[in-house]
Order: sequence, then structure tokens, then C-alpha cells
Amino acid sequence: MSQLESFRQEVKDWLAENCPPSMKTPMPEDEVVWGGRNAIYKNPESKLWLDRMGEKGWTGPEVPKEYGGGGLNRDEIKILNQELFAIGARPALNSFGIWMLIPVLLEYGSEEQKLNFIPKILKGEIRWCQGYSEPGSGSDLASLATKAEDCGDHYLVNGQKVWTSYADQADWIFALVRTGPKEPKHDGISFLLIDMADSGVSTKPITLISGKSPFCETFFDNVKVPKENIVGEENKGWTIAKALLQHERNFISSFGLGGSADVPGRSGMGGIVQIAKSYIGEKDSKISDGYFRGKVAAHKMKEQAFGLTLQRAGDEGGKASATSSIFKYYGTEHNKNRFELILAAMGTQALGWEGEGFTESELSKTRAWLRTKANSIEGGTSEIQLNVIAKRVLGLPV
Amino acid sequence: MKLVLTEEQQFLKDTAQQFARDKTPVEHFRKLRDANDQQKWSQETWMEMVELGWSSILIPEEYGGSEFGVSGLCVVLQELGKTLTPSPLFATGVLGVSAINALGSDQQKKDLFKGILDGSLTTALAIDEKPHHKPFFNSTIAKKDGDKYVINGKKIFVIDGASASHIIVIARTSGNEDDIEGLTAFIIPSNLPGLKISTLSLADSRNYAAVELDNLEVLANSRLGQEGAASGALESILDLGRIAIASEMLGMTEEAFEITNNYLKERKQFGVLIGSFQALQHRAAKMFCEIELSKSAILAAMFAADSNSNDLRRLASLAKFQVGETLHEVSNESVQMHGGIGVTDEYDIGLYLKRARVTEQIFGSADFHQNRYADLSGF
Repeated sequence: MSQLESFRQEVKDWLAENCPPSMKTPMPEDEVVWGGRNAIYKNPESKLWLDRMGEKGWTGPEVPKEYGGGGLNRDEIKILNQELFAIGARPALNSFGIWMLIPVLLEYGSEEQKLNFIPKILKGEIRWCQGYSEPGSGSDLASLATKAEDCGDHYLVNGQKVWTSYADQADWIFALVRTGPKEPKHDGISFLLIDMADSGVSTKPITLISGKSPFCETFFDNVKVPKENIVGEENKGWTIAKALLQHERNFISSFGLGGSADVPGRSGMGGIVQIAKSYIGEKDSKISDGYFRGKVAAHKMKEQAFGLTLQRAGDEGGKASATSSIFKYYGTEHNKNRFELILAAMGTQALGWEGEGFTESELSKTRAWLRTKANSIEGGTSEIQLNVIAKRVLGLPV
Repeated sequence: MKLVLTEEQQFLKDTAQQFARDKTPVEHFRKLRDANDQQKWSQETWMEMVELGWSSILIPEEYGGSEFGVSGLCVVLQELGKTLTPSPLFATGVLGVSAINALGSDQQKKDLFKGILDGSLTTALAIDEKPHHKPFFNSTIAKKDGDKYVINGKKIFVIDGASASHIIVIARTSGNEDDIEGLTAFIIPSNLPGLKISTLSLADSRNYAAVELDNLEVLANSRLGQEGAASGALESILDLGRIAIASEMLGMTEEAFEITNNYLKERKQFGVLIGSFQALQHRAAKMFCEIELSKSAILAAMFAADSNSNDLRRLASLAKFQVGETLHEVSNESVQMHGGIGVTDEYDIGLYLKRARVTEQIFGSADFHQNRYADLSGF
């Protein structure tokens, strides 16, 4: 047996023994696990699954073992994912810490920061949020104004962040702050880790058009942050900010592959084909409206070509910075298109807001459709991604 | 399977790129067009391609071929597509070889492949009868008469039909004109009496013909495979054709985009380079994304062909659809972004537009493949 085959067998055996039965069933919205100090586990098996996966390091299979990860190579990760998919396993942990912060800490963090934070993130003990945008700094992120004054052994942070995802439930925030007010705008930014429990930090949820509040405003009022919590050098935070954005864009782009609007990899939203067949009708196993059938086909083909492109980028092993912009742009636009198709297929049944006359699943479509509108805004708008492609890949003049 | 070229495929691609740059830049095609030459491709250039072994890439090793596979041929076509290189490589090296290989007897393979290996034999596949590709619609009737067949019918849009030494005719030996079953292939020397070949002049200035079979008598040994066998083999032959032509189209797309992107970096208006305008930048960036998707679709389809994947049909349709739509957009936008010179005959970009529309129709438009993909996916 080859090494990979024996690894596959190992994974199969481990999963058979350790994946609790209910973790192989579709995941209801209120059982999604984000971890953190304030986490409530409605289903105790979710916690068990998280602990086992965390202990094994498989919540971060690519992270080196010395920091609590799985230390797996690309091929092994592929096998792990295949086997998890094969048994329909729920994601053990959704985590901005894993998707965005860990890759950046591995590249730019100090040894102490890596040892202190990474294992806890992988075990789901700390939940993170992202402090990037500000009321006056959206697409022009580098104009941010939240200031961090040097006070000897600590920074004194004052200012406001906006679009901080789940800040009201997060334990820590990774934030961009201005440490060099006199430097050119890109050269005065630092990357700071701040404990949300510190005095002076407060949050206020923002209600979106979907009626939900995945985002908050976050306020810093004379917050003292120890100097050891800076990642990388002072005023060199923009490079780190951009690196993190790439990871953020990569994970948002995975929405394009048919995950739900909020959580990549989670199925259960129902495929467009099935929806069209049941709401529009089916004749000889074809969607009965030929015009709509064509639209679904085009959508599915684009999706397959997009998936193949993600695969190719992985196979090429390249980490060209602009590829994340391509995927972010394409994946989010595709996801918006998917929900427009779902809406069109379901007709008035996709427009229910609450209450009688609609199934839970129908009501969730309305909200999910509205949520997708933020996909092409968060993490850098589609227009910003197109700017990046035009300038950095195509070399078009400024 | 990894979506990256092997060293061998990369080598073939590099060789073809060098060949296209040195021997067949767009100027080569332009000269043939302007010379009003009926063949529309150069015998001398074709012999060089034959020397390089390109005509025999799909011929099995036992008959003297190189067996570099569909992928090997696709990367060559992609590079030749970039400079709009005309040649019988598609009609002979892809369609002819794969039809003979799928249907021919051992003796037929020996005889016919010999001619393809030395460049003396070229083929054209006569299948379409309608303005829209509909592979199983076939009203060309072949009637058995002793040891002969008598064939009657008319084919249009026969690629390389005006020059091929042999025409492969798909005819009906049983059933009704829309039946999938009952199709038989014949390989017929093009100089046979009863075979009326009329040159068709299309917008892309390549070699096409309409082929009329008027009580054409052929010997039974010109039949490729058993009676009715073409029905089973046709989709596989066409799928190879679809992937191959899509590869050529990808090369055209890449080059038209490259020419246009360069133009955006040199043309000044209002005192600035027009490439600095966001209205143009965003359109260019969107096209770039679609080209990336096209490359992936082609790689997946050609590798599927070489590994006999059971998803080959869907992937062939995906490739032809994705590249077809992208080329359509890129060819239109390329002309528009060039402004006035884009619509002049003197400038090359219009040649890509004209070739684009013809290739989009070859073995099924994007609409055709969208429909086929849905059929194959069960919706």
C-alpha cells in the first residue's frame, strides 16, 4: 500500500471511531460552531466533534504540528477532505482565525504569538473578528484613521471600525490602526491584536437588508493594548493587511462553488436544479421551462469551469497574489447569480419574510439571497478586484 | 488528475509556438487569403507539420503514430490558433484519424494511415446537413446494391472539403432521418464521379465545401466499420473534434486579448493611455477571468479524452461552450476597443473576429452545448 493509501485508511478508521452520529447529518443554522469563550453548544456532539478534531489538529490540517495543526501535505489534505465529504461530516469549526489570521501569523507573527494564539484558535477556544473598514474608509482602506498612540509599554487605541463580522460574539479582534499619522497613508499602518474584553471596547450590531446582523460597529475608547500584540513591525502593517485580504478573498470565493451564503462547505441550501424541478416543473426529467433550463445549464457550466480553475491554481502550486482577486470577483458574482436563479425558480415562494405560508427552507432562501449582496462588497468590492486584476495582472496603466 | 501540462506536452506546445512565430505568423494566412488560392493552406507548410509528426499524433503506435494523445494535439492547435494558421491538421489529424481509428479495419488503417503519415492523404468529414449542428439528423441515404453502395444526399459546411483527397461521408443505411441508429461511414476518394464538390467561401477565408452525392456508387470496401457502426462511434469522434477546435479557439482568444491589451497600453487619447480608463480596465479584467476559466475547461476536457473519463462528454461540451462564449465576447470587445482601426481589413484583429464566428459553429454552438450539458446532467 502506498503512503497515501495507508493515510486514507488511517483517516477512514479515525473518522469511523470519532465522528459522532449527528455530525454526519445536515447542519441546521443554529448548530454551526464558531467556538470562543461565549460559545453555546445546542448539540453536545458538536462540542465533542470540535474537541476531537481540534486535538487531532485537523481543524487546521495544513498548520505545522508544533503549533497544534495537522502538519499534513497537500495530497493528505485532499484525502482528508474527501473522506470528510464522503461521510457527510459537518465542519467541526468555522473560524475567521483559521481562514484569515493563522496564515498571516505563520508568515509574519513572532514565535511567542504563534505559540500563544494558533493552538487556541485551532481548538476553537478564541473566536476572532476583523477590524479593517471604517466609516470613512471602505474601498479606500488605507485611509483608515483609528489611531494607536505609542505610550511606552502599550498603545492607546481610539477610533471606530465598521463591518466587523460577529464582533459582538468575538473574543479578540485583529485590527488595522494608524501608528504613523505623519507618514504617507500606506506607511503608517500597523496590525494589532486586541482583546475584546479590554476596557474601552464596545460593539453595536448593524441590521442588514436580510434582517440579520452578522456585522457590527466596534468602538475603541482609550483602549490600552500591550506592545507585544503588534504583528510584524510598526508602520509595516499594510503588507500584512494585504496578505490577510488574500486569504479572506480566497475563502469568500469558495461561495462560488455552491456553499451557502455564510458558511463555505455547508450544503443543505438545496441545489438550483432540484429547486427548479420542484417549483417550475419537470418533464421527461428535464426542467419543463426550456428558457430557464438554459439559464441553469449555463450557471452550472460556469460553476464547473470555476471549480476547475480553483483546482488548477492549486495544482500549479502558484500563490500569485492576483489569483485571489480573480476568484473573489468571480466566486461572489457567481454566488449572487445563483441566488437570483433560485429566487426566479421559486417565484413568490422565495419572497416570504416570516410567518405562515412559507416553509423554513423557503424563508431561509429570502434571507440568504439578501445576504449574498454583501459577498461582492465585503473583503474588497468586485470593482476593487477588477482594479487589482487590471493593474497587477494585465499591467494596465494607473 | 492534475490540471497541468506534462513535460512532453509543454515541449510540444513550445515547438508549436516557435513554429507559428517563425513559419506561420498572421501574415502567412493573409497571403493565402489574398492569393485567392482555393486550397487556402500551404502544401509546403503542411509537409513541415507532417515532418514534425503532428498529422500522426492520434495514430496508434502500431501504425506508426506518435501517440502523444489528444492533449498533445490540442496544445499544438492552441498555438497554431494564435496566429490563425490554416492547415489540414484539424480535418485530417483529428477528425480523419479518429474516424478511421474508431471504425476502420486493420487493412484500412494500414493503407490510410500510411498516407496521413507521409502527408499525401488528407480527409474531410461530411456530416452536417443543416445550418445548425445536429449530428444525428441525416437524410443522406446509402443503399446496398450487391457489393456496392449507392449514395444520395447533400452535405454542407464540410471543413477542408475543397481540398481533401478523401471525404468521409456519414450516411444512413437504415431508419428515419432523425434516428440515432442506422448511420454508416464511408471513406471516398474525392475524385470519384458522382461526387460533386462545390467550394464554399466563408467569412474566415478557409477551406469549406458543399458535397453532393448523386447516385454515387462506391465499393463495399470503402465502408468504415460495420453497417450502422457510425452511430455508436460518432459522438466520440465529434467530442474529440469539439475539444480540438476549442483548443484552437482558446489560442485565438488568448492572442486577440493579448493584441488588445497591448493596444490599450500604447494608444493615447485625451493625452493619456486609453488603458488607464476604468471603463476599459474592468471589461479587460472580466475577459481575463473568463479566459482563465476557458483554459481550465480545455485542460480538463483534453485530459479526460486521454484517460477515457466517463465524464468526457460533459467536459467536451463544457470546453466548447466556455471557450465559445469567451471567444465571442473577446472577439467583439477586441474590435470595439481598437476603435476605427479595429474595423479595417489592414489590421489583424478583424481576422480573429471572422474566424471566431465560424469556429463557434463547428460541431455545435454554445447554445447547442448548453443544451447537451443539461441533457447529460439529467435536467
